[in-house]
Amino acid sequence: MTPSDYLSSVLLIVGAFFSLAGTLGLLRFPDVYTRLHALTKADNVGLGLVVAGLALQAESWAAAGKLLLIWLLVLLAGASVSHLVARGALQRGIQLWRR
Amino acid sequence: MQTLYLALALFLLLNLGAGMWRVLRGPTAADRMLAAQLFGTTAVAVLLVLAQATGNATLRDVALVFALLAAVTAVAFVRRAWPDQEVDHDSK
Repeated sequence: MTPSDYLSSVLLIVGAFFSLAGTLGLLRFPDVYTRLHALTKADNVGLGLVVAGLALQAESWAAAGKLLLIWLLVLLAGASVSHLVARGALQRGIQLWRR
Repeated sequence: MQTLYLALALFLLLNLGAGMWRVLRGPTAADRMLAAQLFGTTAVAVLLVLAQATGNATLRDVALVFALLAAVTAVAFVRRAWPDQEVDHDSK
């Protein structure tokens, strides 16, 4: 195990933790708006950390660049989707959660 | 590292399985779509990890296509497939 192996292990495990947090949030949060919040954390941070961990191990710069491109695509998708879904839910009169 | 990659892929896959609960429960179509969106992201992560674990670089291209499709699916859902009135499927 080289130092970069240790670093990427840590990044991968923290990424997996954020992914777990996203799933738990999707299962436990009370309405669609709060679930959006959980989902986008898993998208942005969870996948981002996994990609960072894998990019350290990538065999070439081209492979690392492709990993980054995939993450940026998922970010773009996540941002536009959460905006569209939240606006659509408001227009359809889905109630905001109140305690 | 190999063990970590495979364990990570399995863990992410279990996450995905747990997300199935939200697809079954709903209650609104949007909730189901959000779960599908999470599946897309997790599947991308699983594919990337497996690409590194097996040394099969083609899997990265598969992940790239998944990432592209995730955006298209969700926009198609919001613009076309989402009914204007929410129907409560659970109360039947």
